[in-house]
Amino acid sequence: MKITLKIWRQDSPKSKGKLETFHLDGVEDDMSFLEMLDMLNEQLATEGKRTVEFDHDCREGICGQCSLVINGQAHGHESHYTTCQTHMRSFKDGQTIFIEPFRAKAFPVIRDLKVDRSSMDRIIQAGGYISAFTGMAPEANSIPIHHNISESAFDSAACIGCGACIATCKNSSAALFMSAKVAHLAKLPQGQVERKERIAWMVNAHDEEGFGSCTHTGACAMVCPQEVELLDIARMNYEYNRALCSTN
Amino acid sequence: MALNAKIPEGPLKDKWQNFLDKTNIVNPANRKKIDIIVVGSGLSGGGAAATLAELGYNVKNFYFQDSARRAHSVAAQGGVNAAKNYKNDGDTIYRMFYDTIKGGDYRSREANVYRMAQLSVDLIDHMTAQGVPFGREYSGYLSNRSFGGVLVSRTFYARGQTGQQLLMATYQALMKQVKAGNLTEYRRHEVLDYVIVDGKARGVIVRDLITGKIERHSAHAVVLGTGGFGKIFYLSTLAMNSNGSATWRAHKKGAYFANPSWTQIHPTALPQAGEHQSKLTLMSESLRNDGRIWVPKKKDDQRLPGDIPSEDRDYYLERRYPAFGNLVPRDVASRAAKERMDAGHGVGSLKNAVYLDFKTAIGIHGKDTIKERYGNLFTMYKKITGIDAYKEPMKISPAAHFSMGGLWVDYELGTSIPGLYAVGEANFADHGANRLGANSLLQASVDGNFVLPNTISNYLSNEIRTGKIATDSPEFEEAEKAVKNQLKKLLAIKGTVPVDQIHRRLGKIMFKEVAMSRNEKGMKWAIDEIKKLRKEFWEHVAIPGDDQGSNSELEKAGRLADYLEIAELMTVDALDRKESCGAHFREEYQTEDGEAVRDDKNYMYSAAWEWQGGKDWKLHKEHLVFNDIEVKTRSYK
Repeated sequence: MKITLKIWRQDSPKSKGKLETFHLDGVEDDMSFLEMLDMLNEQLATEGKRTVEFDHDCREGICGQCSLVINGQAHGHESHYTTCQTHMRSFKDGQTIFIEPFRAKAFPVIRDLKVDRSSMDRIIQAGGYISAFTGMAPEANSIPIHHNISESAFDSAACIGCGACIATCKNSSAALFMSAKVAHLAKLPQGQVERKERIAWMVNAHDEEGFGSCTHTGACAMVCPQEVELLDIARMNYEYNRALCSTN
Repeated sequence: MALNAKIPEGPLKDKWQNFLDKTNIVNPANRKKIDIIVVGSGLSGGGAAATLAELGYNVKNFYFQDSARRAHSVAAQGGVNAAKNYKNDGDTIYRMFYDTIKGGDYRSREANVYRMAQLSVDLIDHMTAQGVPFGREYSGYLSNRSFGGVLVSRTFYARGQTGQQLLMATYQALMKQVKAGNLTEYRRHEVLDYVIVDGKARGVIVRDLITGKIERHSAHAVVLGTGGFGKIFYLSTLAMNSNGSATWRAHKKGAYFANPSWTQIHPTALPQAGEHQSKLTLMSESLRNDGRIWVPKKKDDQRLPGDIPSEDRDYYLERRYPAFGNLVPRDVASRAAKERMDAGHGVGSLKNAVYLDFKTAIGIHGKDTIKERYGNLFTMYKKITGIDAYKEPMKISPAAHFSMGGLWVDYELGTSIPGLYAVGEANFADHGANRLGANSLLQASVDGNFVLPNTISNYLSNEIRTGKIATDSPEFEEAEKAVKNQLKKLLAIKGTVPVDQIHRRLGKIMFKEVAMSRNEKGMKWAIDEIKKLRKEFWEHVAIPGDDQGSNSELEKAGRLADYLEIAELMTVDALDRKESCGAHFREEYQTEDGEAVRDDKNYMYSAAWEWQGGKDWKLHKEHLVFNDIEVKTRSYK
């Protein structure tokens, strides 16, 4: 099939960007979206033109490195997909596709479609861990954890840190991302000890990075590739209020 | 240099303890005087970096991804092995050692494998304490599943995202150390060369992948946790940016490369659909717990799989290997699939797949149980193929996956360059000629968290008086110049053939002749083709843009330049080994019914190759000694 691409080109973080138009012929149904971009880049390279920079790595939806806003939607129009899992069979012959980087104050553009998402790592650095140094752990079965609790902790821990929730949110809030980590650790007995400090430090880091506030529109949970629940944000708010009132 | 594996004294089960008892350690007060560079942020590199930082060393962690959480360990699905014997099914550390040595077809080092089995027990405790939500029984205790090549249930799992969950624990530990100021991260930085001063690894030359700037960094020791090079086949289960450059460039500075041709071809990946394809997605081996593999008995059977009755199906693994059935090791399963496909029984439009069928399991356990066990894999399958595998069988096919070979290391994980260490898939140590499923996460984590931090101190204890390593020495100067020259040379080619196109062609040569089945004639042809392709690359590759900023084509070209050399050594290694063992199947050496024939008399060694400045390689043999296991013909019948 034939498609027209309107792709965001921006040379460096400080330069001004603009949409550039490309035409591709011979796109196949079973190409993934990123393979379609590979095809474009091979064409550009043959012509000696600078290729389109985009982030990607595992191409199976788990590393969280691919991003892109496709026709206005983070990771494209398929709910709960990553960009790398999106295939061209879901586009039409002759269609025009707009491709832009994830946009947020805390995600400065590096070049073209590549953005800097280190702000998300700094939220985790603030408290998104359990301080169990190597060598100090008790026998794994010494603390039984109910099947359902472990499964529920997994649901939150499944977050791939792609940032689609933030790119989708009208306030560029990282609430869903942050709450997934808070909920993962708060659900498990191992996460109890540092519970109070964790939430306070992470929320502070979130605000310092320039992420916006959560107004519960739920758009984040609609795009999340791992289907992290909106309920995790409520769990996070509970943790926050609990920390304010509790002594430990 | 003669190879010294530095295996500690004493009975097998006491070797690690004996090592720990006698090794030199560094006074906590002196650790701050010591800088360590760790390359890679996955389970091995990230685990080592976090643990060394916890211990109080100054750690600099380099990786090319945009976040430490993206390292390719993230993609491992099925699980991690540990000899906990929670199932009371007779598992022991010795049995795990036995299974791993046998699975590797008696081509790995006894002492290393035994240590890995011993430490597996601690690893599960450690990861649980870090908050890994492993699968659990309703009683609240940890659950297990089985993987190929074993008769017990010793695999711990977090649904089909075990690698992701272990990596998150490792990443979180790393992030904590960043905040604490013990560890400096250099994200989007690629190591392009090493600096050797007075015979010791003293630093790296890196490129900042955002600004394009070339930087010098020094340290008292350098640790590589940079993974495998299976992406050499272009089509593989690896991430697009996974590469062999970090280990290869160390090889060219003097580190021996061991058993480079031993690549695991994973039997259950998604088949190639077309020429444009960039990646073959893995479907976890755990699926073989409940899935049955078959092909139609009739060639070119046009019926839909559901319309083919049982008597017209060939469950070829159950037929050929009744004892292990669908759970034979990966090399055996891949070869058996290839044999059926070559005989004309492949399914799918390109006849390049076999069926993996869950109908029997859904009938016994119900759809909900299967969904809970493998839900994310079925979802992933549907996203990519558009097919619902609860209703019809998956189509799967063998794909390049794991490098058993890697930098040669001794028991302390030191390479043949003093001060340069290799952990996880980057080294060659524990898997012999074939890796068992769920031993990869294990080896990477154990190397990074438990082994390296204890062995590297033996070396570092001599470094407490060294002081900071200067980066203005002639050695740094020279290494930086070489890196800059190579970039300049690449950019000056200005050809018209895209990097990926050459990479695809290299992949085809390698998959045809240096993968599941090898013969002398084919490999000699492959060497000629690789050399031709290398020439074409250096004359005609298209690398637009410059080195002043992010340039993916330039990054890929540098890695491909290395692959074009690695490919030759892989082939040289495979040609040298005139026997079949594990994943290395030489057509000249097989039984009448197509099973591998080892030659223990002549080839019971690990082949460690020394770079000779680009002209041939020098072979060093590490002869393998088996005192605690009877060396037998590997059979899964």
